[in-house]
Amino acid sequence: MDASKTASNRARKRQEGRARLVALLGATVIVASLAAFGVTALLVNIFEHQQDARNPFFRVVDLDDDTADPAIWGENFPMQYDSYLRTTDMKRTKFGGSEAVPRMPDDADPRTEVAQSRLEEDPRLMRMWAGYAFSIDYRQARGHAYMLEDQTFTQRHQVQQYGNCMHCHASVYNAYKDLGEGDIMAGFAMMNQMPYEEAREHVVHPVACIDCHDSQTMSLRITRPGFIEGIAAYKASQGIEDYDVNRDATRLEMRSFVCGQCHVEYYFAPGDRRLTYPWHDGLQVDEILNYYENIEFTDWVHAETGANMLKAQHPEFELWNQGIHSQAGVSCADCHMPYERVGAMKISSHHVRSPLLHINKSCQVCHNVPEDELLRRAENIQSKTHEMTSMSLDALVDLIEAIVKGQEMGIDEEVLDFARSCQRKASFMIDMIESENSSGFHAPQEAARVLFKAMDWLRQGQAALAAEGVVSSVGPLASMAPADLAELFSHEEHLSDEYHLSHPYLDDSHADGV
Amino acid sequence: MSRQRAQAGGSGIEVGAFYVLAVVLTGALTGVTIGVGSFTFVYAKGASYMYDNPMTCANCHVMQDHYDAWSRGSHHHVATCNDCHAGHDPVFKYLVKGVNGFNHSLAMTTGNYHYPFQITDFNRRVTEQACRDCHQDIVQQIDALPDHRGPGRMECIRCHANVGHI
Repeated sequence: MDASKTASNRARKRQEGRARLVALLGATVIVASLAAFGVTALLVNIFEHQQDARNPFFRVVDLDDDTADPAIWGENFPMQYDSYLRTTDMKRTKFGGSEAVPRMPDDADPRTEVAQSRLEEDPRLMRMWAGYAFSIDYRQARGHAYMLEDQTFTQRHQVQQYGNCMHCHASVYNAYKDLGEGDIMAGFAMMNQMPYEEAREHVVHPVACIDCHDSQTMSLRITRPGFIEGIAAYKASQGIEDYDVNRDATRLEMRSFVCGQCHVEYYFAPGDRRLTYPWHDGLQVDEILNYYENIEFTDWVHAETGANMLKAQHPEFELWNQGIHSQAGVSCADCHMPYERVGAMKISSHHVRSPLLHINKSCQVCHNVPEDELLRRAENIQSKTHEMTSMSLDALVDLIEAIVKGQEMGIDEEVLDFARSCQRKASFMIDMIESENSSGFHAPQEAARVLFKAMDWLRQGQAALAAEGVVSSVGPLASMAPADLAELFSHEEHLSDEYHLSHPYLDDSHADGV
Repeated sequence: MSRQRAQAGGSGIEVGAFYVLAVVLTGALTGVTIGVGSFTFVYAKGASYMYDNPMTCANCHVMQDHYDAWSRGSHHHVATCNDCHAGHDPVFKYLVKGVNGFNHSLAMTTGNYHYPFQITDFNRRVTEQACRDCHQDIVQQIDALPDHRGPGRMECIRCHANVGHI
């Protein structure tokens, strides 16, 4: 009895011991396996990070000066190409950028999304451009990826457009070269005169690698005839003769010039429709206006007043040239295509967009200030410019209405002509700021000066008409009641809230650096 | 003992084999972990982090810019990274290295970090103390001014931001 009890006890103990052993063994195996798993994963991670620094570039395809398709360049430069593709993003800042507005596609226009209409946002623009194609369809700018599509389907084609548009709405270098049999200047001259629909057959891609890069060295180069001629004319005004931008420009200059190929004020020369940059007297607004006055150029005749008008378009390069960042040697690419890290490599982002969407990469490289503070500073400048632009647009509409009234009253034609010339100059100056895509940020004080000068022209026009009894006095904001103004600004606040909610950095715990 | 068990019942042989298996498996697994771990440590230049060579900080390429900037800074001939960023107390120094080593490794491995880098308050205080340690003769005179004492006092790098790396 005793012996059997001891034996069964021993057996039970043995069994318990064995169970404990199995559990211990299991636990050890799991812990050691997990540790080995983790350490190996870490090893591979470190290995990958170290490999990042080696082979920064694999040449998998041969590129030459006829390779137009950016996807082929992308095989050699996948990281730059990836960021280039992201220009399809639609994201707005407080005053710029685009929202994807859904639309029903039809036969004439297959787009399912467009940017919001500026004309609907601010109907005063339709009065400003009355009689011109921009009063039919004018929208916020979308990313580079959409430049060709949006141009192809804009309602502005209700008025016949020409191949000179392609200069900046398509990757046109190879098309110019083919048309001109190797000479881009000859191809440029030919395409300028083609109807838009014919020219459209010659181009495939929106702006692509080859438009800014040499296919062999990847160094920056200028391919746009309009800029080549424009910058040479500007340099000649500075006393530099025979300026060849691809020979004489520094690398730093090139980091802005490649953007200045298109983000500039321009006109189509009467006769051969040659795309021309009006920089013969200088880059400042007054010098550009002076040039237009000297050649007596007119973009269109105003539908309400009969004034000979000028249209300004996206003069980012010119306004930046007047600003503090330009003077400090900060190029377009420094802020709009900042360096970013991909693994151990540092590349220029080709996702060109507002620096306010990546303040850390763009601004904080120089400004050692928190992101929300930098955003506040930029928006402060933009809000004030916006307020000034809005006031000047009111005054412009006032002058247009006064001229119309003067025409109805049949007052002295000389006085009317003077008022029309005031409208022409003021409208152009307001447009130089209104259609500029930084809302004054590129050169705040200059933007204010230009708007102030526009106000002076408007004041002179109104004073001349007042002397003829057309307007009883030159009152403030006659065309707009204070209530309307309040509504206008509350709309802005609304935008601002949405923007802040969607802003990537403001709800981030970004201050936790490592 | 095992002989006794072997005689005591049929399952005794299994227990003995089980012991052997357990010991071998545990040993092998622990060995593999230690082996892979040691290799990783050597491959990642783990030992270099125990010393003061500034090039160690550029083991990670994201620090290369700061290393380059330090090499052109006014302090490069008198102070290396650790002199300003790890503190001067020999024990505290390794605590700082440990905390930052862990945080930096985690950030580097997950890729989740702010760029450009932003110094943490903890590290800012370490650096401030390092300035004051070397320059205490002049700092004592500055600290005599009421505005330069207590919380919120003026930091050296508020004005001398570029002395470490330009």
